[in-house]
Amino acid sequence: MGLVAANQTSPHSTLKSGILPMKARGLCYAPDGDELIRDVSFELQAGPKTMILGPNGAGKSLLLRLCHGLLKPSSGHVTWASANTSQTQKRQAMVFQRPVLLRRSVADNIDYALKLHDIAKADRPVIIDDVLNRTGLARFKVTPARRLSGGEQQKLALARAWACRPEVLFLDEPTASLDPAATHAVEDIVQTMHDEGTCIVMVTHDINQAKRLGDDVMFMHKGQLLEHASAENFFNKPESGEAAAFLKGELRW
Amino acid sequence: MNDISDAFQAALHLLMSFDAGLMEIVGLSLQVSFSAVAVAALIGLPLGAALALFKFPGRGTLIVMLNALMGLPPVVVGLIVYLILSRAGPLGVLGLLFTPTAMIIAQAILVTPIIAALTRQVVADLWVEYAEQMKSLGAGPLRAIPALLYDARFTLVTAVLAGFGRASAEVGAVMIVGGNIDHVTRVMTTAIALEVSKGDLALALGLGIVLISLSLAINAATHAIKHRAEAQWV
Repeated sequence: MGLVAANQTSPHSTLKSGILPMKARGLCYAPDGDELIRDVSFELQAGPKTMILGPNGAGKSLLLRLCHGLLKPSSGHVTWASANTSQTQKRQAMVFQRPVLLRRSVADNIDYALKLHDIAKADRPVIIDDVLNRTGLARFKVTPARRLSGGEQQKLALARAWACRPEVLFLDEPTASLDPAATHAVEDIVQTMHDEGTCIVMVTHDINQAKRLGDDVMFMHKGQLLEHASAENFFNKPESGEAAAFLKGELRW
Repeated sequence: MNDISDAFQAALHLLMSFDAGLMEIVGLSLQVSFSAVAVAALIGLPLGAALALFKFPGRGTLIVMLNALMGLPPVVVGLIVYLILSRAGPLGVLGLLFTPTAMIIAQAILVTPIIAALTRQVVADLWVEYAEQMKSLGAGPLRAIPALLYDARFTLVTAVLAGFGRASAEVGAVMIVGGNIDHVTRVMTTAIALEVSKGDLALALGLGIVLISLSLAINAATHAIKHRAEAQWV
């Protein structure tokens, strides 16, 4: 049974209306006066997979956290199509570079997320089994989550996010510390989630990964959004000198 | 030297024969201390977690006070509880003075700051790791508290154990509010103090052996459980 079918009866029925597009206007983030994000504005539409590219220290992860609401901008604002704050938050998920898993079983990690999303207890086992099957983690259902390998832990973090059926999934370099096989598995899951309607916004500094997954690219450098273009345009005809240098591996931090 | 060895032999005899008087005292001691620790844990665990997660004016002062209260002198606590529960005190009508309940109240007051202060530190450390993920999942500090306490369960056992150690070993508070009444409020520590002053070293030593053995047994069992559980749950 697919995830959509499993949830058709009720679990997410109150969360059907969309929260996209998201608009970021004049975002600045300057803790202690140090301007780490400078006047970033963009719009996020449902559909394309957006890759946020840039060198280390460009502010990619900070921008992701500002969009997801984990950080408050020093100035500027992020607005979502839905005025319902609770719904807006529940319809987003984030997967971090280093997965943070609770000290309980694989299934219980997902169960906890579903509980926070007010999914009825009776509905949770079906959803848990479904995402575990689809992420290849079914055999680890009762295993303590922190005993999984790095790749499996990241898959569990994705499964946990997937179970909550987010409209927007933010990913902060989810494959940065994974081997090629695990990276491939994570990318497959991300692609499947996108195919099923989840908007993907992913931070990466891996140009090849951005080429494999990206429909749109946002290029950041020194806290500024220098380019926001389709992946084809960005990789073939970057507009800024910094982006061109980055693609050639010549950009200094 | 003979006195000590004689007392030791007599103490062992009392223990091996499960002397009724000794068992009564041990039973009441356990009942009072376990109850006090249970009450203190019910208050101290959420209180410590809340102090770790919520930011409010005066929080720093409260944390310093809580840490200082870990060293509360038992006789002072006993005196305060005595004044509150005595006939002329605000809760005198309850008639709790010189009852095991009064002893539980006094010990709970002594133990709560210990459990709360240790819990605050443990939960604050865990929150550093969990905060972003919890916020992302939609759990603010209030909703995160049960999960944090559950995930820190093996470390928090040590905090509760420290509280039990404090409760079972103190004599000043229970002496004042319990009155050391035979068959009513006499516990191990007050009995040891009394028997030593009476010169009955055998009973005092027997109780001392039980007290130390109990402490060792609880610590060993907890250590074993914690070690195994931590290895499994990382």
